Amino acid sequence: MADTGETETVSGSRAAAHRGAGDDWHGRIRRFSKSDFVRGLPYWFVPFLIMGFGVYGGIGWNTLISLTDYEGFGQPPDLGDLDLEMYAQALQDPAVFVTTKNTFVLMIAFTTITMILGLFLAIMLDRDIRFREKIQTIYLLPMALSFVVTAQFWLWMYNVNNGLVNTVVGVFGLGPYNWIGNPDLVLSAVIFALIWQFSGYAMVVFLAGLQSMPDDQFEAAKVDGANTLEMYWDVIIPQLKSSSVSAAVILMIFALKAFTFLYSMFGQYRVPQATDILATLMVREAFQLQNWAYAAAIASILLVMSLAIIAPYLYYQYKQGSL
Amino acid sequence: MSKPTTSRGESIARMLPALDYSKIGISILVMVFFVFFISPIWTGLVTAFKTTGAVTGTTPFVPPGTEGFTLEKWTTAIDYLSTGLINSFIMTIPSTILCVALGSTAAYGLTLVDWHRRARFAVLVLFMFGIFIPYQAVLVPLSDFWINIFAVDGTMAFLGDLPFFTERHSRLFAVTVTHVVYGIPICMLLFRGYYVALSDELVEAAKIDGASITSIYRDIVLPLSKPMIGVVFIYQFTMIWNEFLFSLTLIGSSNSPAATVTLVLSGLGSDLSGVDFGLRMAGAFVAALPTIIIYVLFAEQFAEGLASDN
Repeated sequence: MADTGETETVSGSRAAAHRGAGDDWHGRIRRFSKSDFVRGLPYWFVPFLIMGFGVYGGIGWNTLISLTDYEGFGQPPDLGDLDLEMYAQALQDPAVFVTTKNTFVLMIAFTTITMILGLFLAIMLDRDIRFREKIQTIYLLPMALSFVVTAQFWLWMYNVNNGLVNTVVGVFGLGPYNWIGNPDLVLSAVIFALIWQFSGYAMVVFLAGLQSMPDDQFEAAKVDGANTLEMYWDVIIPQLKSSSVSAAVILMIFALKAFTFLYSMFGQYRVPQATDILATLMVREAFQLQNWAYAAAIASILLVMSLAIIAPYLYYQYKQGSL
Repeated sequence: MSKPTTSRGESIARMLPALDYSKIGISILVMVFFVFFISPIWTGLVTAFKTTGAVTGTTPFVPPGTEGFTLEKWTTAIDYLSTGLINSFIMTIPSTILCVALGSTAAYGLTLVDWHRRARFAVLVLFMFGIFIPYQAVLVPLSDFWINIFAVDGTMAFLGDLPFFTERHSRLFAVTVTHVVYGIPICMLLFRGYYVALSDELVEAAKIDGASITSIYRDIVLPLSKPMIGVVFIYQFTMIWNEFLFSLTLIGSSNSPAATVTLVLSGLGSDLSGVDFGLRMAGAFVAALPTIIIYVLFAEQFAEGLASDN
């Protein structure tokens, strides 16, 4: 009995308070308009609107175009007749099959090797060495260059007759190889060049992870009598998990959209089949062949693939509390 | 006979610092990777100073002798790329400034302004997807937008009386705006990391004093952001300068008077003499020069931007 009485009183007073605020709706609006939410709105909402229009409006419009038969110059897409024909066509297209396969080969080989090399370089530079900053600057330099620029460098490096790569392998009595012309070699050559460009990036991410690590971990491992190799393997590398995930995601996403390097290296939309990936196929279908709807469908496939990487990543970051 | 020599050997060894094999090994490795990273760039640089004969006749990484030396490739490359360089500056500077400004305000509104926590988080997630999506997913709508819907070629005609401005430069305007739109999310994220780490005390104290959202931003947050503004500006300038896909798809041809420097450079390979590697290398360096200068001066800030973009 006493319990019910108390509840009634509480809910009664709450209702009264509610009624009081409700009467004064002028005041409420005034307080709302002065609230942090409304005052803060212009700061984030304007950029959000611009970005949202481009990103989400763009994705929505792209999806819509992929359902039409839009092709050719100068005419807006016909939205009267929507179907999944382009996706059906893509599933049967041998070019889509080949480029998907190449995309995965590029993504996995490039990401794995770049991560391992980047981790190795980070551990190396994390030890007390001379001129560390200068060395880091050189290792990271390729990352500051455009793919159009680095593609020119590597085209020259891989030149059959005069390239430095053939000069170097020649020292070991090998070659000369036609790195660019030989379909069996060209994908590896491209992956190698991209590893050159990105391992400095992976190194910087791992270095940041290493430097934010508390020292007592090292000390504890030392007291346990672990040797250097064991210490890295058992103590330090497991702690770099979050850096590794970040680096891997950035590298995989890059591999999915790598277009510029390939286009610049071969100087045209049509790159050798062995290096043709979904990203180059999409741009070619759209801007060389004007198959807009088909290109939009391929772009959707690419988008789904990247969402399959990004969504778990963001969820992971959220769980880690680092978002 | 042998005894004195050994003891003498020991004493010298004691005077020298101990030979640390792992240290030597690491130094050698550092050098090996130094060569690995620098050699394509170095080879390109020396090749750019060689005559066509010397390019094929000498070892690629050896600097040219007095006979094979020429500056001709550089002058040709500068001639060829000068319009592209100007176009790239016209595009990159305004779009970078706008990205930095909008990124900073967005990050402020999402971190230091206190409103509905879960809604704020949802907005943040939407920004995050904007960083990662492949641009291919919006390329068809983009060109449809700038060519059919907004029809930038016609709309910008009123600017035709300005000096230097040609009809084709309207495409450059389209690329500039496009870079702002897709550059906002990453700039927001870079600033957000900085604002989250910023000490709350100043902002909280100002709030208690009754300072408005605007005055907190103007008087406290913005002055404190100076180092980060530098980092984001350097990072975003490099990204936009180096970008190619938007230029290619929205401007179209490397011969266009609106072509950015990366677009012109890609044409230098294919339609001028394709085998003239000296010219190609010189062109690559001319196109990369602004980013190389910025990198040499501000390598630390660039690395900071890269390391915190995740």
